[in-house]
Amino acid sequence: MKSNNKVILKGEEIHKLILKIAKEIAERYKCNSRDLALVGIRTGGVYLMERIYRILKKKLKTDMPRGIVDITLYRDDIDSPLSKPEVGETELLFDVNDKYIILIDDVLYTGRTIRAAIDVIIDFGRPKKIDVAVLIDRGHREIPFYAEFVGCKIETLGRDKINVVFTEEGKRKEDVVILERGEGKI
Amino acid sequence: MTIPKVIKKGEFPHKDLVSMEQLSEKEIYMILDTASRFKKISLRNIKKVPALKGKTVINLFFEPSTRTRTSFEIAAKRLSADIVNITSTASAVVKGETLLDTAQTLMAMKPDFMIIRHSYSGSALYLSRIVSASVLNAGDGLHEHPTQALLDLYTMKEYKGQLEGLKVAIVGDIAHSRVARSNIIGLNKVKAEVMLVGPKTLIPSSIEKMNVKVSYDLKEAICWADVVMMLRIQLERLTEGLFPTIREYSMLYGLNRDMLKFLKKDAIIMHPGPINRNVEISPEVVGDKRCVILNQVENGIAVRMAVLFLLRGAEKVSIEQ
Repeated sequence: MKSNNKVILKGEEIHKLILKIAKEIAERYKCNSRDLALVGIRTGGVYLMERIYRILKKKLKTDMPRGIVDITLYRDDIDSPLSKPEVGETELLFDVNDKYIILIDDVLYTGRTIRAAIDVIIDFGRPKKIDVAVLIDRGHREIPFYAEFVGCKIETLGRDKINVVFTEEGKRKEDVVILERGEGKI
Repeated sequence: MTIPKVIKKGEFPHKDLVSMEQLSEKEIYMILDTASRFKKISLRNIKKVPALKGKTVINLFFEPSTRTRTSFEIAAKRLSADIVNITSTASAVVKGETLLDTAQTLMAMKPDFMIIRHSYSGSALYLSRIVSASVLNAGDGLHEHPTQALLDLYTMKEYKGQLEGLKVAIVGDIAHSRVARSNIIGLNKVKAEVMLVGPKTLIPSSIEKMNVKVSYDLKEAICWADVVMMLRIQLERLTEGLFPTIREYSMLYGLNRDMLKFLKKDAIIMHPGPINRNVEISPEVVGDKRCVILNQVENGIAVRMAVLFLLRGAEKVSIEQ
């Protein structure tokens, strides 16, 4: 069987992109680092958030609150039979009011996930600002969102899939980004 | 007449929640796990998520109820659904409308969920077969009260860690209790042990076939149990001559300070409410730190949110018959 999967980024390349994102965040927020908070979107965004956190903590020489949001209950396609009933936990244990929040996900695609995640955060309070950081922006926005901090942009077709697999998941020994080419015409 | 045929696929393939009987062990745990996520929502500042935005829920209560009705109402509202309450005294039922006509009239208003409490056993199942909305049984006669059993299981799991092998004593009017029946079925599915306690007149004969132990001695059960579930004694049973006096019942089967001495230190005391103080349970027991009645009420909201959430999105297809 012909495989349509192609590893497009791995290991060190991914690490460099994460470093780049962390560096840009540190530059931008060095004056407001006391009010900075990182929030990862379950599940891929959580691993990326932890990586960025470790780098930022050293760069800014300060600790910052971290949180996790689960968007299951905030999806706009909740009625579709494809959506799984599993509800993950949202953990925002710090006061989000007046924080500068970096919302982190592995891939930015339609923008619907970001929309839902922002809604979750706003249900907890009123942050001063929310910025989005993603490892990969693959285009095809359906809602007008943009990410302030982007690892890299990748040209894809709508039917393609991008899978980011971090070593923390225990499936691979090296971080990889896999492009899965979809079948059929555009 | 149009009979709605409803297909629901996926990991929770039910349109309705009519009984504990219909659920598998895996599905029971799925509800409990989902509920544990929902419990945290009630602790937030903004206690609302948009999961059921735009859905309509009808609370159809033909019997009096405060906690179950309120609990369902709050659960639906925290999921952003719109909810309408109908109680029998304020409805066309008093004018002689049948359940079928009431159901069809309400269905014409396109609700997504109907929550029913009715004094007839089987009424929830009947309703689920004639409407395309998801039907939730909030107590039907002497049959079942599944969400109560689920919140009881949730509370037991929360306090005791695991349900398998847990020793649960259910004390009181077993014969007339839908709460007891749903709990027995649910506890059996999760492999807990059940002992029923009460006067002979209030325990159905051959109930052992439901895989339970029976005892007529409260002290024996109290010494044995990890969980003691007291049931409300309906005072109207007195007129049926099932036990001589409230005082005698209370002395033999009431949970009081003297009886508490025999209860394990890490056991819990439960009651589905409303409680009759000094009948089945004495005020000192209600104040004991092992008594989790109010936690049951709190968990009821989370469990009902979980059930509403898992039943959502049934794909409805109507077929002419």
